[in-house]
Amino acid sequence: MADVFKPRDWSSHPAYLSPDYKSTALRSPTKPLIPLTQSLSEITGPVYGQESVGPLDADLTKNGAGTGEPLGERIIVTGQVLDEDGRPVPDTLIEVWQANAAGRYVHAADQHDAPLDPNFFGGGRCATNAEGWYAFRTIKPGAYPWGNHLNAWRPNHIHFSLFGPSFATRLITQMYFPSDPLLELDPIFLATPEGARDRLVADFSMESTEAGIALGYRFDIVLRGRNETPMDS
Amino acid sequence: MTKKQTPSQTIGPFFAYGLTPEQYDYNLNSVAMPQLTGENQEGTAIRIEGQVFDGEGAAVGDAMIEIWQADTAGRYAHPSDNRGSNTGFKGFGRVGTGTDPEQRFFFETVKPGAVGQGQAPHINVIVFMRGMLNHAYTRIYFSDEAEANTTDPVLATVPAERRGTLIAERDTRKGTTVYRFDIHMQGPKETVFFDL
Repeated sequence: MADVFKPRDWSSHPAYLSPDYKSTALRSPTKPLIPLTQSLSEITGPVYGQESVGPLDADLTKNGAGTGEPLGERIIVTGQVLDEDGRPVPDTLIEVWQANAAGRYVHAADQHDAPLDPNFFGGGRCATNAEGWYAFRTIKPGAYPWGNHLNAWRPNHIHFSLFGPSFATRLITQMYFPSDPLLELDPIFLATPEGARDRLVADFSMESTEAGIALGYRFDIVLRGRNETPMDS
Repeated sequence: MTKKQTPSQTIGPFFAYGLTPEQYDYNLNSVAMPQLTGENQEGTAIRIEGQVFDGEGAAVGDAMIEIWQADTAGRYAHPSDNRGSNTGFKGFGRVGTGTDPEQRFFFETVKPGAVGQGQAPHINVIVFMRGMLNHAYTRIYFSDEAEANTTDPVLATVPAERRGTLIAERDTRKGTTVYRFDIHMQGPKETVFFDL
């Protein structure tokens, strides 16, 4: 017997079809999702934790550095990964990727006319500890223009990918920065139900700031919790 | 203490150097690859390939597909499966559709065994792409398991006329078993996606 997971809370997640984010028009399912009763296939999932994190993986100011240091504002991003009942999610992998300080990704398909930084890669990973805490060091990403509509700009953000304890808890999301004026103009952020949006915005954290080195941001992440009803087996 | 789920956001177009770096030739190791099998892997080696199509039938070149499956004996390598996997098979694969000239994805794996009585062998799938704000869950079943497919409890919940979207077609190419599994986001062949 093992616990099944609480459903995806659709009042927290964006709709597949969010017309202001134009790429959703041809890429969103049009038929209703079919309910699936969880079985071993869903309550199990790939196990990735601390052993998947290399020595420099959690320091994006170092893992792409050539002969010098990356340009931009150094930051620490830290937080706790919890489930809906407030229980820490221990030893789970977090993968992150982001633009550099100028708003340019190293991805070959990014054609934005802003400089690449020879000392910054922008991809990394870390894992939560036994109490669900994670941290990584990076450079604050820049905003960049995109083709959704005339003069569209993405707010500063970092992409996060998490596994959690099962295939059912998989989550890909984006962390935004407080007081960013682009948030209220961004169709991806605004596709999120209004009451859930602030969960995507990190808090500035003096407590996490390293004196003389890097500003701190706190971003807690909540994954699906476990139901009290165990799975029949 | 009740907490609310962190909302999902799109994977965007630029995930490859973070999530599938080796496949796309970026200078970072990958935690998961399109090849799931090690040397002398126990089980029947198979290849799964397909394309992801948008609502206009165009192949999507910036999707990421993940699979999670049992080993040849139907066991998951996870603590909640108390049988465990004793074949050294992790069962997780990840691939982007951006490195093939036809935007195909492929996995090299073993055919899973049935996980439980009455279940048909299947592979669990997650689809991510730019333009999708939430990932979508689906499953791959196998065309040469017609009898088992008739008793599978999940397939039974799918309207008969849509079940075919979940069944990968078997072919043999140069001695390798290849299953074709296309994912249609919309249209008359729209793939069945699950809420789980």
